[in-house]
Amino acid sequence: MKKKRLIFLISFIGLILPLFLPAWADGLEDFKDLLYDRYGIDAYGFLEARGGLRLRDDPHEKDASIGEMRLQTDLSRDFELVELKIKFDLLGDLVSEEVDVDLRDLNLSFSPLDIMDVKLGRQILTWGTGDLLFVADSFPKDWVSFFVGRDTEYLKAPSDAARISLFFDLFNVDLVYIPKFNGSVYVDGSRLSYWNPMLGRIAGRDSIFHDHRPDDFGTDSEYALRLTKNLEGTELALYGYYGFWQTPEGVNLLSPVLIYPELSIFSASIRDALWGGIGHLELGYYDSRNDGSGNNPNIRNSEFRFLVGFERELSQDFTGGIQYYLEYMQDYEEYERHLPDGMNKKDEYRHVLTLRLTKLLMNQNLTLSFFTYYSPSDADGYTRPNVNYSINDQWTVEIGGNIFFGSDDHTFFGQFKKNTNAYASLRFSF
Amino acid sequence: MKIMKILLIVAGFFVLGLSVHAQETPSVDEIIDRTNKAAYYAGDDGRSKVMMTITDAQGRAREREFNILRHDVSDGGEQFFYVYFQKPSDVRKMAFLVHKHIDRDDDRWLYLPALDLVKRIAASDKRTSFVGSHFFYEDVSGRGVAEDSHEIVEVTDEYFVIKNIPKNPGNVEFASYTVWIDKNTYMPMKAEYVDKSGNKYREVEALEVMEIQGFPTVTKSRVRDLAEGGETVSKFMDIEYNIGLDENIFTERYLRRPPREAR
Repeated sequence: MKKKRLIFLISFIGLILPLFLPAWADGLEDFKDLLYDRYGIDAYGFLEARGGLRLRDDPHEKDASIGEMRLQTDLSRDFELVELKIKFDLLGDLVSEEVDVDLRDLNLSFSPLDIMDVKLGRQILTWGTGDLLFVADSFPKDWVSFFVGRDTEYLKAPSDAARISLFFDLFNVDLVYIPKFNGSVYVDGSRLSYWNPMLGRIAGRDSIFHDHRPDDFGTDSEYALRLTKNLEGTELALYGYYGFWQTPEGVNLLSPVLIYPELSIFSASIRDALWGGIGHLELGYYDSRNDGSGNNPNIRNSEFRFLVGFERELSQDFTGGIQYYLEYMQDYEEYERHLPDGMNKKDEYRHVLTLRLTKLLMNQNLTLSFFTYYSPSDADGYTRPNVNYSINDQWTVEIGGNIFFGSDDHTFFGQFKKNTNAYASLRFSF
Repeated sequence: MKIMKILLIVAGFFVLGLSVHAQETPSVDEIIDRTNKAAYYAGDDGRSKVMMTITDAQGRAREREFNILRHDVSDGGEQFFYVYFQKPSDVRKMAFLVHKHIDRDDDRWLYLPALDLVKRIAASDKRTSFVGSHFFYEDVSGRGVAEDSHEIVEVTDEYFVIKNIPKNPGNVEFASYTVWIDKNTYMPMKAEYVDKSGNKYREVEALEVMEIQGFPTVTKSRVRDLAEGGETVSKFMDIEYNIGLDENIFTERYLRRPPREAR
């Protein structure tokens, strides 16, 4: 109860704080200048209130899909040879009833050689060409944040990593070493309901998944490699990854507990100007190393992934993008043969189409955006409408939704049907 | 080599001096070429801090602040631009890279630091607003001289007045535009855009021109939307030319790690 009151207090202060902000916004600017002039610290951030509700009855979850106050502080300091960056969020979360610190960046960047950049510490890592679909990008995601309507920034979860980039005339190399497996934030039932194959129904807080993360520092490590070449605007890349599935794609039935099987990824991408827009293509082979022959029904099989997309301006300040994505399960016959009775069978081919439409209005201060996934093979999908208006240089208001649909309860998007939600936010940037 | 270059420049000034002296009107193509180079290709590279004030039709103002680096691959030809945003804070530290081409669409990339994402942006329409201002991409990086046919409509004591008609009217929102070019500096001082029904709806002006390192340079400019109302004023500061920018700055590496020159 005490905790609840604390959260209420923090949220209350957070919510009324903005009312007084215009009065001390100037003071805040002065303070930022002082930090910079006296200590060389570059400071900025935002304060945000965000709330959202489920639009469908979900007996397994709370009605509120999101309710939080967030203060992000981003500090950086340039020490000539090294740059230090710290970014963290203070979060008062009314749904989980917790006050949390989310450290998103704590890293040092430097260039020990003319041709070399190094970034050490907690950082966000992204590569690949997909738009909200990933083949080569094996870095941690936060699917819960994505599905409940936090800013897209939070889809990427940070990694504790060393990134070394080398720039040669012929090509560039990026090496990423993550000494201890991190993993994605996945839907475990605590905030969003999901299909529980063991119960054979949709479950939520009544059946929160437990997992066992590989967590031996230096042993349960991840390695990622990228080679890139920009040939006069044609961007070519090869990627490799050695580590684990980022979401628990296996189960240990004895415990029972979810596990993160070993995974290697080999992939390649190309991106270029095409037909007045941008085209991209990405291919990957996911080698599920703990189930090489596909006969273990408790571990996800190996698969090929294929992604192709095209985006262009349709008219002034109006952009459209389409993508086609395929997951092609390997050793499908083995999978079928070993699948326990009563379990829902996945398709050998999972096809997904996406559509993105973005319209900018009112001097680009109003953004209407629409993104949708649709899988013809799973007969399900997920739509993300969003309206974002920047009231002035400090204030931004946003409303949006996360709409899941599907004819079955066990498919990838279909299982989240009951989590369909709408949200609104108000942000003050400084 | 250096001596040759200096000699050429001296010779160039000499020729320039002579032609002005002779009061002969150069050909329209020559004017356009010299204007293009004077306005967009001063030096081999350059940097500037830009402060934009965007005022909408209701009088509400917004500020944009960014640093811009430029490198000319060839004079009058390909160019690279690097833009590093400072204000407002929600776009701070975003970096924008443009490879401007003459014979094909430009290549554009935007780096979003919060996602560590290098996003490639479709660049077919250069007449869209730059960062929400009344300036278009084309106003910032220059419109290809071969995209219009040019005609001298008047020569005054101060200006060459040139009318420009697009060769592909379907690609642009204007029917024509007229530019007032300073006869001494070859800087475009004013441009007026006329729409398909003959109304003047847009005006771009150089409000201040200063000589920096010998290059006439616009230090304050304004775009006015005469149809809808609203305007954007840009001020250019800390301008430097020929700073010897490394061509590598204009690659993905420096999107992730902004160069000192841009910060």
